[in-house]
Amino acid sequence: MKLAYWMYAGPAHIGTLRVASSFKNVHAIMHAPLGDDYFNVMRSMLERERDFTAATASIVDRHVLARGSQERVIGNIFRKEWEERPDLIILTPTCTSSILQEDLQKFVDRASIISDSKVIFADVDHYQVNEIQAADRTLEQVVRYYLDRSHRQEALDQFVTDVPSVNIIGIFTLGFHNQHDSRELRRLLRDLDIEINQIIPEGGSVEDLKNLPKAWFNLIPYREVGLMTAIYLNKEYGMPYISTTPMGAVDIAEFIRQIHKNIDTLASSSSNKRVDYEPYIDAQTRFISQAAWFSRSIDCQNLTGKETIVFGDATHAASITKILAREMGIRVSCAGTSCKHDAEWFKEQIQGFCDEILITDDHAEVGDMIARVEPSAIFGTQMERHIGKRLDIPCGVISAPVHIQNFPLGYRPFLGYEGTNQIADLVYNSFALGMEEHLLDIFGGHDTKQIMTKNLSTSTGLIWNPESRLELSKIPRFVREKVQKNTERFARQKGIQTITVEVMYAAKEAFST
Amino acid sequence: MSVKIDETLTVECETGNYHTFCPISCVSWLYQKIEDSFFLVVGTKTCGYFLQNALGVMIFAEPRYAMAELEEGDISAQLNDYEGLKRLCIQIKKDRDPSVIIWIGTCTTEIIKMDLEGMAPKLEWEIGIPILVARANGLDYAFTQGEDTVLAAMAHRCPEPEFCSRERKETIQKVFAFPSREKDELDEYANHPSLVLFGSLPSNVAFQLNLELRRQSIKVSGWLPAQRYTDLPSLGDGVYVCGVNPFLSRTATTLIRREKCELIGAPFPIGPDGTRAWIEKICPVFGVETKGLEEREEGIWESLKDYLDLVRGKSVFFMGDNLLEVSLARFLIRCGMIVYEIGIPYMDKRYQAAELALLRDTCIRMCVPIPRIVEKPDNSNQIRRLRELQPDLAITGMAHANPLEARGISTKWSVEFTFAQIHGFANARDVLELVTRPLRRQRNLEDLGRTTLVRKNNKF
Repeated sequence: MKLAYWMYAGPAHIGTLRVASSFKNVHAIMHAPLGDDYFNVMRSMLERERDFTAATASIVDRHVLARGSQERVIGNIFRKEWEERPDLIILTPTCTSSILQEDLQKFVDRASIISDSKVIFADVDHYQVNEIQAADRTLEQVVRYYLDRSHRQEALDQFVTDVPSVNIIGIFTLGFHNQHDSRELRRLLRDLDIEINQIIPEGGSVEDLKNLPKAWFNLIPYREVGLMTAIYLNKEYGMPYISTTPMGAVDIAEFIRQIHKNIDTLASSSSNKRVDYEPYIDAQTRFISQAAWFSRSIDCQNLTGKETIVFGDATHAASITKILAREMGIRVSCAGTSCKHDAEWFKEQIQGFCDEILITDDHAEVGDMIARVEPSAIFGTQMERHIGKRLDIPCGVISAPVHIQNFPLGYRPFLGYEGTNQIADLVYNSFALGMEEHLLDIFGGHDTKQIMTKNLSTSTGLIWNPESRLELSKIPRFVREKVQKNTERFARQKGIQTITVEVMYAAKEAFST
Repeated sequence: MSVKIDETLTVECETGNYHTFCPISCVSWLYQKIEDSFFLVVGTKTCGYFLQNALGVMIFAEPRYAMAELEEGDISAQLNDYEGLKRLCIQIKKDRDPSVIIWIGTCTTEIIKMDLEGMAPKLEWEIGIPILVARANGLDYAFTQGEDTVLAAMAHRCPEPEFCSRERKETIQKVFAFPSREKDELDEYANHPSLVLFGSLPSNVAFQLNLELRRQSIKVSGWLPAQRYTDLPSLGDGVYVCGVNPFLSRTATTLIRREKCELIGAPFPIGPDGTRAWIEKICPVFGVETKGLEEREEGIWESLKDYLDLVRGKSVFFMGDNLLEVSLARFLIRCGMIVYEIGIPYMDKRYQAAELALLRDTCIRMCVPIPRIVEKPDNSNQIRRLRELQPDLAITGMAHANPLEARGISTKWSVEFTFAQIHGFANARDVLELVTRPLRRQRNLEDLGRTTLVRKNNKF
């Protein structure tokens, strides 16, 4: 049992539902008590989805507890089949219903004998995996189900396409800027003369999954979801995959070179002519994308050595850390991720690009770390944005979990060359514009705000009385925080609860000697 | 023109496959109402994620609620529940020092049969903070019924009248900000047994209702819940109670059976008609004759004229998710709207009797048939009915709002009625402000055409 106010990733069934509702004509049924279908609210509100979310609940109530839910679950499966004629129905438990230990697989087996739709059971352990891990698994499960089936029916066409082609795996609903990233990736691939075989799960049809092996190789833009599918396809069908995230100029170049390598390997056996992407990379990096030039411009000079903190999912946190450190010359004091299950990869990626690494899914730990480091800017999730607000530190949002404002209508990819521009803007705008801030400090500026304690309120029990508060506000802004901190440290050492002006000056004397 | 009116009121029941919020969402408004409380939701990640998403920005405001997140060891009883809860409650006491900790039992605690009620008294004694248990779970309840379970639990903690010292009375008066006119007070109020109102309302709305009753020289001696846990009203034999919200049937039952209070069955003070009927039910109980109510109601209707012109003749469909539906429908019918369907999660015909009677009378008065009331509705059936009826307004949850809008049906999120101030004469305008908002927007965008924005228009 643990005390929790906030979580970076949702429960497993959310991941399954995200995959299911990304495919076309797939219906998800969750075995859940009343009120657990808030996934539909999230999708309808955050994505501003125009269609009804194809997810319903087979309600677990007192009757079900008494009698078992076989009748009801199977009834709901048939009903959905009859109402919507989906290609596939995915049944998933929630945390609660998984404790009931009903044999849902058996219900699915029974239903699938009679049903015209395919029915599968998304077997994710709610107490072992979280939302993103479950999404990864469910996607693999669906792909495996359809490929195995075609394989058995000997309907599998394994001949690769004549021209180089790829599958993009892992673009899906409620993903951070996924729609924009998908468009940017398509543009990038078009520039490279590579065809897109399929994009899954977003907008994909499960009936087409049998054609996945026709692509030359797979692209996994985000590490969190899609990797399992790629590994499966690699093992079973020998499809190579690229899991480098094309975020930031350096990694985009790396990504394109890997594509090159893959094409070369396959094309050498056929008569296709060799490709050379280097001129493309060079032109895009130096002239089309503005980011490389921006890092050289004097604007960016002001950011040199500024301290930042990065926190988010493994993909975004690692990529942004590398961009800040390697491409913009900004110091990353601490980089962290909430993807504890992928900690090793994360550490390896950002080795040498930051001072400290933090692997945690406890937002209070992240908050304390930010309060301790006091960076000039934070790049994190919505939670870090709010920590930043409280501590008066600007924050750019770079990763889920996010709010509705992170589902912009305008074109905002994080991937590809346009992505580098967007990230450069985000980074630059997140720092309180250097010179402006500096001048305001020097001239006493616009600072009429009340003093806020820079620590999170759970960690401090100290009270500043009105006089000391006033005194503190007279101290110039750039040293105020230090004075406040030292005073509080002093008070704590002396066991003082209320800070008066006398305590402030006693602290000053104590620390200046 | 004669309209045939069916005077019998029937309640249909469907499959119960509908969308609503989980009842644990009640912590969001109750922790704000009861200032010295701390709500601990004992549940899983699913519960936590729901709160995090449903309550949005509130999460970041250092709320006085948290999850006691159950892990695998808790589920399989490898860990000791009591020790776990004790550890968390001690931490809460240290960090926040609340006057009461309220444990919210969830579906999981029901299924694994965690004995919260048994553990609470022991732990209460051990750590010295009152611990209440409310089973606000999705197996048994919907959305606002969560508040019902909390208030029912709280009713047990109200002091008995004889212990109600003078000092306490003064605090009650201070909290409800009665002007301190000790001398006039005897003249101002009729001599009547004490009246306690139940239902959580924002303090200014509670104050408005107090004032409304004071005009009739009726004194409200307390509210369940009060602004602070330490100010709970005294209850007991001879105390009269009256509900202000339609979803408080469990609390009402508890007050009658366990606390021996007298329940005044009344319509709920939503809309000017409801508020008047509410007062008119309370006054005779104390032998007080109402004065000036008719004029007051008329005055309010007069002030609503601009909104009434907008809604008159328009049709509404309640999909049902918060149990306010009957009261709102009754008010909207009185405003001249046509209600096609009143979906409602749960209908307690006894507790809502007076409200249902007023609905029937209102329908007769306005010459409209009584709408069908559908308990435990089925959302996909409802969507089919919506497609056929094409109402001017659907009052629905957020899961269906955007898809319906895209199909050209104006919607209002039902959740907003739970959080807005809708009680009493003064707030009738706020209800109509909410109801007319989609209609007004539609009017503003009318010239653009393009009311349906889905590709396959016929695939509703």
